[in-house]
Amino acid sequence: MAILQSRDEDAVRKEFQRIAGPVKLVVFSQELVAGDLCRQNEQLIKEVAALSDQISVEVLNPAIDKERAQAYGIEEVPATVVEGARDYGVRFLGIPAGYEFSNLIDSIIAVSSGEAALTDDTKASLAALAGDVDIKVFSTPT
Amino acid sequence: MRLAQHMAIASDRVTATAIDATEFPELARAYQVSGVPKIVINDRVELLGAYPEPQFLEAVLRGATDPAGDQ
Repeated sequence: MAILQSRDEDAVRKEFQRIAGPVKLVVFSQELVAGDLCRQNEQLIKEVAALSDQISVEVLNPAIDKERAQAYGIEEVPATVVEGARDYGVRFLGIPAGYEFSNLIDSIIAVSSGEAALTDDTKASLAALAGDVDIKVFSTPT
Repeated sequence: MRLAQHMAIASDRVTATAIDATEFPELARAYQVSGVPKIVINDRVELLGAYPEPQFLEAVLRGATDPAGDQ
């Protein structure tokens, strides 16, 4: 059974008209660790990807594709990396449903162009960062 | 998450990870998540709730600065 309803698909398709270039969703799944959650996450990501011919999906298993998981800094599953022309560092741990679903859609559109919707002041401050910054955002689906 | 992910796109220095607290209870416990959204920057600056861009940026800059001054 599909996760997305047809009205969700219509709304997302409309948003995806703003996609400016190729986007790859790299999904990390591991049946033995979190089978149900990983299957649901894969299904949701594939349903989203099917709504634009600019989006591709790659499914990796961190136990097998260790080097890739390490390169992306993925230690937990299910996880999804939203990649545009390059890896910008946008990740989702867990199924991006509910509130995070709109952020998934927004991040896909944003990485497709590499354009951040931030003020010039914010961009200038970030450009001057001397060290790495890891931001974790905890949320719940509803 | 929206501001965090746009900051990641704007800067190679920044990574943004959205974490479902219900699917990762151990992580949520480790970071003492009592409400959402909870934002943790470099494991040392924490925000609870949604913040406007200037305040969020201020927290990110604070998190980026090592208190020992060696960055």
